[in-house]
Amino acid sequence: MELQTVRDEDIETLLIDLHRTHGYDFSDYSRASMKRRLIRLITIDKFPSFAELHYRLIHDSFYLRRFIEEITVNVTEMFRDPEFFKYLRQHIIPTLGTYPFIRIWVAGCASGEEAYSMAILLKEANLLHKSLIYATDLNPRVLEKAKSGIFSLKSIKQYSENYLASGGYEDFSSYYSAKYDVVIFNEALRKKIVFSTHNLVSDSSFNSFQLILCRNVLIYFNTRLQSHVFDLIDKSLDNLGYLAMGTKETLRFAGISPKYKQVDPKEKIWRKHDS
Amino acid sequence: MIADIITIGGSAGSLQVILEILPELRSDLPVPIVIVFHRKATPNPEILINLLNVKSTLTIKEAEDKEKIKPGVIYIAPANYHLFIEKDHSFSLDASEKVNFSRPSIDLTFLTAVDVYKNHMAGILLSGANSDGIRGFEAIQSQGGYCIAQDPVTSQVPYMPAKAISKKVVDYIATPSEIIDLINKCQPASAV
Repeated sequence: MELQTVRDEDIETLLIDLHRTHGYDFSDYSRASMKRRLIRLITIDKFPSFAELHYRLIHDSFYLRRFIEEITVNVTEMFRDPEFFKYLRQHIIPTLGTYPFIRIWVAGCASGEEAYSMAILLKEANLLHKSLIYATDLNPRVLEKAKSGIFSLKSIKQYSENYLASGGYEDFSSYYSAKYDVVIFNEALRKKIVFSTHNLVSDSSFNSFQLILCRNVLIYFNTRLQSHVFDLIDKSLDNLGYLAMGTKETLRFAGISPKYKQVDPKEKIWRKHDS
Repeated sequence: MIADIITIGGSAGSLQVILEILPELRSDLPVPIVIVFHRKATPNPEILINLLNVKSTLTIKEAEDKEKIKPGVIYIAPANYHLFIEKDHSFSLDASEKVNFSRPSIDLTFLTAVDVYKNHMAGILLSGANSDGIRGFEAIQSQGGYCIAQDPVTSQVPYMPAKAISKKVVDYIATPSEIIDLINKCQPASAV
């Protein structure tokens, strides 16, 4: 099924109805990606037409959970972009260590891989005992997975390679126990992460942090929503706190950019300097 | 050829052809070009962009999220992201699952471009060992745009253009010098 088989007006109507019935507002999500995922969902769930999907979504609140999971992108890895985590390990974590208590927000955490990666970095810096990681996503289904700390054994090979490339020096397998084809991450890591639903579109700032990771989340939003989220992040970040974004994301054009300085021209990490 | 955008997809063996094509393009090219080719993510993507820029009088840059597409600029899809074209003629990046074992996927850029430019676009498939781009070609054809496959004889790895030709979704089979000629004669729909 190709993109032109669905009319743009029908998508707009669906998004309006979804907002009105269930409170999820996707109206400022980038359209090309949204349209592709809607069509993908029609194909995998075998809806005879777009109208059928629309009807099911509005009338079946159980299906809503699946819809939210499938319509958002939840692809992630542990220690994704190892160079970034190496930089955190060498340059950012030591500064965070000077605080009596460390609060980190992973915004748009999907199945939690980055939150667990952060917990491992803090553990290895001997800071985990005085840290708390808030990991949020709008998607309740992926958060359940994240909370369980259970990941497939298949992905662990890639994760441990990333871990080593990020400057990890422990035996990666000491962080989890394997059973059949899954692994479960240690309780010591899990209890330092608070998983909770939070929608960047509609929910407000809920705490203040010294480090916020929001990587490969804003690319799915249009510039209006991006600017809204930048304001929300700014409200949630302590002065001298850090904001980390995805490899191809930037703060350069954001309204809040005058009070932020990129810490290194090669890294997508900005530090807040509120005068 | 009448098109408001030219999208080029390449895989194994295509960098050489791109390096051959770029220096020969007219400096007042009235349309944008978007190039998606499969490559490994490297810590220094600017090396490739610099290498390409040295070869051309046109501006060559990595496409950025939400950037407006301008005529006469050559955009390269960043490694490890899909590159989508939005209705307002801007780019969006996407980090979702690989498609045809590839991210960026040629198909996804072609498909989103067709949805915006309809028949006013051209797609070019260069050397490659993958079938990424074929679905995109089918969509371009169904909307009445132009599909150009590199002549498999001139392709280091002929599989990708040959597959497009065998699927009968190709308007022109072109050598690199014919591709240069087609691009240089391209006119935007508004100018016709």
